[in-house]
Amino acid sequence: MNAIATVIAKRLGLGLLTLFIVSILIFFAVELLPGDMAEAVLGMGATEETTAALRERMGLDQPAPMRYLDWLGGAVRGDFGVSLVSGASVGEAIGQRLLNTLFLASYAAVIAVPFAIALGVVVALLRDTLFDRLANVLTLTSISSPEFFLGYILILYLSVRTGFFPAISSLTAGMGLGELLYRTFLPALTLVLVVTAHMMRMTRAAIINLLAEPYIEMARLKGAPPWKVIVHHALPNAWAPIINVVALNLAYLITGVVLVEVVFVYPGIGQLLVDAVAKRDFPIVQACCLIFAATFILLNLAADLGAILTNPRLRHPK
Amino acid sequence: MSSAQARDVLLEIRDLRIDGRTNEEWVPIIKGVDLTLHRGEVLGLIGESGAGKSTIGAAAMGYARDGTRISGGSVTFDGRDLVTASEAQRRALRGARIAYVAQSAAASFNPAHRIIDQHVEAPVHHRLRSKAEAREDAMALYERLRLPNPDEIGFRYPHQVSGGQLQRAMTAMAMSCRPDLIIFDEPTTALDVTTQIEVLAAIRDIVAEVGTAAIYISHDLAVVAQMADTIKVLLRGEGVEEAETRRMLSHPQEEYTRSLWAVRSFERPQKRRPAGGAAPLVEIAGVDAAYASGGKVLDDVSFEIHPGMTLAVVGESGSGKSTAARVITGLLPPARGEVRLKGSPLPPHFRDRSRAELRQVQMIYQMADTALNPKLRIRDIVGRPAQFYGGLSGKELRRRVEELLELIELDPADYMTRRPPELSGGQKQRIGIARALAADPEVIICDEVTSALDQLVAEGILKLLGRLQDELDLAYMFITHDLATVRAIADEVVVMRDGRVVEQGPKDEMFAPPHHPYTDLLLSSVPEMDPDWLSRLLEERGRDNIGEAARDGSGGH
Repeated sequence: MNAIATVIAKRLGLGLLTLFIVSILIFFAVELLPGDMAEAVLGMGATEETTAALRERMGLDQPAPMRYLDWLGGAVRGDFGVSLVSGASVGEAIGQRLLNTLFLASYAAVIAVPFAIALGVVVALLRDTLFDRLANVLTLTSISSPEFFLGYILILYLSVRTGFFPAISSLTAGMGLGELLYRTFLPALTLVLVVTAHMMRMTRAAIINLLAEPYIEMARLKGAPPWKVIVHHALPNAWAPIINVVALNLAYLITGVVLVEVVFVYPGIGQLLVDAVAKRDFPIVQACCLIFAATFILLNLAADLGAILTNPRLRHPK
Repeated sequence: MSSAQARDVLLEIRDLRIDGRTNEEWVPIIKGVDLTLHRGEVLGLIGESGAGKSTIGAAAMGYARDGTRISGGSVTFDGRDLVTASEAQRRALRGARIAYVAQSAAASFNPAHRIIDQHVEAPVHHRLRSKAEAREDAMALYERLRLPNPDEIGFRYPHQVSGGQLQRAMTAMAMSCRPDLIIFDEPTTALDVTTQIEVLAAIRDIVAEVGTAAIYISHDLAVVAQMADTIKVLLRGEGVEEAETRRMLSHPQEEYTRSLWAVRSFERPQKRRPAGGAAPLVEIAGVDAAYASGGKVLDDVSFEIHPGMTLAVVGESGSGKSTAARVITGLLPPARGEVRLKGSPLPPHFRDRSRAELRQVQMIYQMADTALNPKLRIRDIVGRPAQFYGGLSGKELRRRVEELLELIELDPADYMTRRPPELSGGQKQRIGIARALAADPEVIICDEVTSALDQLVAEGILKLLGRLQDELDLAYMFITHDLATVRAIADEVVVMRDGRVVEQGPKDEMFAPPHHPYTDLLLSSVPEMDPDWLSRLLEERGRDNIGEAARDGSGGH
């Protein structure tokens, strides 16, 4: 287990380095965009004098590397700056929205992950049957359709036509959990449809990949029924690839949900990021992107640890 | 057990036909085989790879492997035809009344579950015993099969147990429901000779005690001779002949059977170093070596390879044979000591060696399958070293490749443009030899080059290597665990164990007593064609002094 602690420490260190590089990339990517904060705020009515004055007030007249170092100096002390638009601190601007995004992602994940893996096991068991093909076609259709399209279809059938669920996820403070789950059901369902196919197909492939192993044949020759061969003998050895795909999809649930948020007017971090980019609100863009990068880093680390922990050779050394 | 005929018939296979799928087509691989097995009888199935031994073994359980199908005939087990039975009926028999022991226990135990949990699966599933009873019984079986710490060993994971122990644990697992029939599919082929003995003894004892009938599948006649009451010989999916073991050994009727029996008599005349102490071609002196992860693999190893002679390096798996080859080729720089070529030291790492130095030592590998790039044509596989070392190109290169293919007895016109997957195992190994020859070396290191091949094919390769040695004055370092091969081709022998050289000398001296105790153990562990060999050996050595026990007790440290 000591080895695992070393792995974690090493990977976290590398993760910090990655975050640093990402922050540089983001900063200069924002710099490359035409126009700047001052122009975006003043809009059409800007004169050269007012723009210059605003630039000076925001510190935008400094050269780019100076401004980056300034930001970095604050960031290492935990101060990610203030939103150039609202003047609120980045923490305040992002906090609630990040929680909303995490809530929606967890909601979708709690449904999608068990569903996808169970479905993957079932189609592996019924491989090359009609059910297998049907499940493949349906999940592939759902993954191939744009998310906003899926979202609108769900709104049309589950909200507009039938009125089962609200079309807009308006959240208010002090809402009970049940109410919250009800109001966000459609965006969560959209996300479930988007991520299920990938995880299900990997589960199916990872299991089928193992069916040629001698220990699978041994299980069959001991008289084990097909479901037991798959669930008890193949699945425990198939976790590593499955966990990796699950981790990638969980990361997607946090970082890739902008369209779904827009469709359902859900106050998440994706919308915030889009607004911030439009207004060149650099501190917010930077903080959002770093959160996304950290999500990928942490989930990938979790996936690798999961792969280690599900491998009996590593769990029970000689 | 000559009374077997008088007993009930347990399994009757009639006109069994099985197809295998190759290139989207069903091709017959078993072409009408008959077989009768009585209760308590042990039948040996013998033949080369591709003869269909394992396929018949699986079919005896009503099981067709992926990519095969039973296309005709009947498999009647205790009055019920398994070919026409429903899958549920077949499943009810598998594990409970017919059990299976596979070739590689390491691959056939599920790595994710404890050994004992896999053991109790069948009895619990078939509702023959409760889990607790099945566990008690497992420990009792482990004890009868002479596994160390029988109360504890089952609670380990498969990778925590050695190969020989795992193979016995799998035999115990097959016994868990006290089946009427066990299929043993090459159960000792992957084991070292010393380990093989204890597994053979354990299997034979428990089969006799419980009175189980068995089909014992092997390509090794001497092994089958110890285990079987009757032997059936197979060739390309058809039965050749069948007879009681002793009669089969002494009076084989068919030409093919006699050729199988004869393989073991091949032997090349032994060469000796020229008088007056000639200079060695390759010398490995006082070498210690270790891999990055772990302790010493070679400990003060020294030996010499002389021009035009064959040095056999023997030892069990893990003895350091292949590591010594890696040191000589510069793949693994030694921690201490040096390698000399014609008296002058070679740079430890192959990257620091000159092309002329690299050229003189070439290798041939055990698995010709994985040692040849499947996407390249034979022309390019053999041509590349000729180009690299000989600087040949164009017509000259082509002529050289043709010459090399003729040397290994393959028709250039036919083989130049083929790719490895279009060749048989023996032909692939010949291409491996041609590739080594293309560099025009003086020494070739042959790493277990025949151990993946059938006896007849292996003999062809050994004869070819012998002829090439005579014609081209080659020296061989021949790494093997098979003492029959050593006897056939070696001039000098090095015996290795746990990274040390235990004994070395000319072959005739090594094969004649007095031996070092470890050499003696290795020699006496090689199965002989005599059906009484195992019983006699067990009597001589004593039950508690075989296998791992014998290894650890035979000194050397």
